Amino acid sequence: MVVETGAGTGNFKQRDVSELDLRDLERDLRRPRTLVSVTLTIFTATITILALVPLFAVIIMLVYRGGKGLCWEIFTQLPPAAFEEGGGFGNAIVGTFVMVGIAALISIPFGIMGALFLAEVGPESRIARFVRFSAKVLTGFPSILAGVFAYSAIVLWTGGFSSVAGGVALSILMLPTIMLTAAEAVKMVPSKMREAAIGMGATQAQTVWYVMLPTALPGILTGVMLAIARAAGETAPLLFTALFSNYWLTSGEQLDLMQPTASLAVLIYNFSGMPFENQVEMAWTAALVLVLLVLTTNLIGQAFSRRTVQD
Amino acid sequence: MENESTISRPPTGLEKFFNISFRVSAYAFGWLTVIVVLYVIGKISWEAVPAMQEHGLGFITGRTWDANTGEYGILPEIWGTLYSSVLALIIGTLFGVSVAVFLAEGFLSGFVFWVLKFFGLQYHSVLGKLPDALEQLLKNLIELLAAIPSVVYGLWGIFVLIPLIRPACNWLHNQFEWIPFFSTSLPGPGMLPAALVLSVMILPTISAISRDALVAVPPKLREASYGLGATRWETILAVIVPTAGTGIFGAVILAFGRALGETMALAMLVGNSNEMSLSLFSPANTLAALLANNFPEAGEKDLPVLMFAALVLLVITLVVNILGAWVLQRASSGMEVDR
Repeated sequence: MVVETGAGTGNFKQRDVSELDLRDLERDLRRPRTLVSVTLTIFTATITILALVPLFAVIIMLVYRGGKGLCWEIFTQLPPAAFEEGGGFGNAIVGTFVMVGIAALISIPFGIMGALFLAEVGPESRIARFVRFSAKVLTGFPSILAGVFAYSAIVLWTGGFSSVAGGVALSILMLPTIMLTAAEAVKMVPSKMREAAIGMGATQAQTVWYVMLPTALPGILTGVMLAIARAAGETAPLLFTALFSNYWLTSGEQLDLMQPTASLAVLIYNFSGMPFENQVEMAWTAALVLVLLVLTTNLIGQAFSRRTVQD
Repeated sequence: MENESTISRPPTGLEKFFNISFRVSAYAFGWLTVIVVLYVIGKISWEAVPAMQEHGLGFITGRTWDANTGEYGILPEIWGTLYSSVLALIIGTLFGVSVAVFLAEGFLSGFVFWVLKFFGLQYHSVLGKLPDALEQLLKNLIELLAAIPSVVYGLWGIFVLIPLIRPACNWLHNQFEWIPFFSTSLPGPGMLPAALVLSVMILPTISAISRDALVAVPPKLREASYGLGATRWETILAVIVPTAGTGIFGAVILAFGRALGETMALAMLVGNSNEMSLSLFSPANTLAALLANNFPEAGEKDLPVLMFAALVLLVITLVVNILGAWVLQRASSGMEVDR
């Protein structure tokens, strides 16, 4: 049998090689199949390069038009009035930090506790499905509707635009990002580590506090940084919750969070529509500062994600 | 206990108390998430009730928005929202899926490796890492497109994109006025610049999720296709993309949801005029832009009406997003069965 098969294959090969047109095996651009392959490869490569054009075009324009106005006064002075020269947007930078800070204070503990529930305390429970679903619904929630909600819940209730209302609106947008990435990070903690802690007699709270959270920290921080970066650039939820202000965030000498607050994003929006040269230039400079802030936060977040512990 | 050790011991009463309070608060925060979502949706709906009673369905089919006569209709805004999102989706899908294929197939690292091999450097201690490093860099760059705040895209659109495309658009209008898409000239802000910027903003969503779907295709399908003598692109088009089809479809729907709710780029670029037109160059308006423009100065009378408009936007985006999440869920469970 074996010999026969071997002989058979041998014959087959010999006959085939003699009849084979070797040109059929060549990769040649004149053949339609190769041509299609090469064309499509070049096509996708071109499209990928084209897709990156807006990124670089925006960054180059920001550096070119925004870089001119970059000076120290920008960070210390108040926005200029119409026809006024100079000025800065120190209050908008402070306002952005304050509101993102308020949002972070609400959404980080909330998000991490929710994530611990999803990943550790009750992943199999029936409400976990609802919680996960709710978080996913919030991920796709239009940012302007977070503003509408904060307007009806906080602005109408307290009777005025305030940085607290802006912070609440931003926290709704930060919550799902923090919760879902933190849940993923906690799930990635090797089960050996968790079981070892339980085997030592640690309670669930101790396991979470001493083992799970420290191990999952890089992943959680990635989510937090991404959420902060997103919130810092959001404009729509701040338009009618924090509104805008030409002054510092104080009344008398005290920090006052219950008054209209300027933010970089709203400043860019307001000034971009103005007919005054100085304001438009200021919008570009503010955009450069905002993009630098957002990209730095983003890159820090990505740096954390590379330190995630693998199983 | 007799063999009491110093490393392991049963929890003390205090530790048990902390444990129980931890568990209870974790459950509480879980519930709270659900409650927050329900409260947000409920609050917006509740505020819209007065306007619903007053205007009813006529609100959705009406075409005028006039605060003086109290006549409100948002049909042009609904049309503008859908039209701009669909346009952005067409461009965004073409680009997003191509980028996803380019990333998932590792064309860049293959090309870099080929170049290195040409110089005999493919195993160099530093340069040898270049293919993977560049591949990662490209992936991060595409994701950075989503990191740029929409208001910055809006600013760029106003001062760079519109002046750039205006001559071409007006030439198209002059040459092909009989085509409905080119029936008006581009006066400044308009549908096309808005849709272009919108497509840039949704591209990372499409490419990231589609790439995940493409990478999740079982390798044996690819190998079987190669084994049958298919070329790389025949495999991609006939095997890989169709297998990942559900995932790509889910990505497109989620991107559609994002485009529908996107506010700032549209409020700055779409022109905010109450018009319904097929023309790509005509100014228009969207629901989100309507809210952004009218909310800051809203009076007693406007407020319920705006809330109604917000509710319409909420319903549209919720339906689209839930549909997208459901499709993606099915796509990922389908993949697991295949393995």
